[in-house]
Amino acid sequence: MKFGIIAFLLAIIGSIVYSCQSEDKIEFMRYYSAGQALYKTHCQNCHGQNGEGLAALIPPLTDTEYLKQHRKQLACYLKNGLKLPILVNGKAYNGEMPPANLAPVEIAQVLTYVQNSFGNKANVHNIDQVNAELGKCE
Amino acid sequence: MGLLFLAACSNKQSTEKKLPIYGEREPVTKTVNGKEVTDTVYHTIPDFKFTNQYGTEVTAKSLDNDIYVADFFFTSCPSICPIMHRNMLNVYQEFKNTPDVKIISHTIDPGHDSAAVLKKYADNLGVSGNSWWFLQGPKEATYKLAESYLTSVAEDKNAAGGLVHAGYFILVDKQKHIRGTYDGTKPEDTQKLITDIKTLQTEYKNNKTS
Ligand code: HEC
Repeated sequence: MKFGIIAFLLAIIGSIVYSCQSEDKIEFMRYYSAGQALYKTHCQNCHGQNGEGLAALIPPLTDTEYLKQHRKQLACYLKNGLKLPILVNGKAYNGEMPPANLAPVEIAQVLTYVQNSFGNKANVHNIDQVNAELGKCE
Repeated sequence: MGLLFLAACSNKQSTEKKLPIYGEREPVTKTVNGKEVTDTVYHTIPDFKFTNQYGTEVTAKSLDNDIYVADFFFTSCPSICPIMHRNMLNVYQEFKNTPDVKIISHTIDPGHDSAAVLKKYADNLGVSGNSWWFLQGPKEATYKLAESYLTSVAEDKNAAGGLVHAGYFILVDKQKHIRGTYDGTKPEDTQKLITDIKTLQTEYKNNKTS
């Protein structure tokens, strides 16, 4: 009887944990797949189908370290464009990315996609994070 | 006997695969040796005078002995130009050591794209030497030239609609006839362009021996 209750409780806890995880996963997948479509129409022409960039003109999106270090600035880069000398995969770039004409939620989606494609791995970049980051753009 | 055999052979080759000639054609009738002869005159690319990324003057004459590919772009283009030149890089890699195959990219934003800007663009694209020129010249002259190429694109039923900014690659032979038009935003079209350049090279090789 005691065992039965414990097992029952464990099962409940387990299922709560499980459903939380899967809800996270569902959120992630929702951001990721919307982001994939946005990438094709808004980014792929410049950064390439596999995030490979274009020679020394356009940087690749394969530098996981760069993306990690600049995670909190990425939303602003997309909203306002980027025109700074930067170092990606150890190579210098000094081009100009025009502002992407995207809503905050779309920025969140495309950033989730980029940070989890081309060999990159990161957590979901959700709308709350993007809104907070956009409030602090320089 | 051997000669006959050779002739028959090369004849067969040249009919085997030949690229079409695009553009308006006019029948021109002239009198040769007292006889009336009608000839077809094909649309040719008119003369031009532009400056390349090294600051050197380039005219149609500079390309007299070349098969070349032309396109139109500008360095600050945010839309299709990066795709076009990602694809064109494949053409460049394939033929950069072939002296009679060239690429010329005309800027349609000459105000911004000076020779120095074009040189920097070429450097960043990894392009050196003289097999790919980036040309700057008066806007009207560039547009007029574009029109001359693109009327043929419009005629080419294989090419999808849309004109000046549509990202076409245009293949021109040594006689300055248009031999093909390709959607420069599509890797598979670019592959066909590379194949067609090789076909054209074979055509010239066969003509030389016959
Ligand atoms: C017109 C071409 C163009 C488009 C379109 C474009 N970018 Fe960029 N992007 C650039 C260039 C050029 C840079 C480098 C800017 C610099 O050197 O300051 C860059 C830099 C970046 C960087 C930081 C450096 C790196 O490689 O990690 C990220 C992240 C990025 N872009 C993501 C995107 C995303 C996501 C989109 C689509 C919403 C996009 N870009 C659309 C040209 C473009």
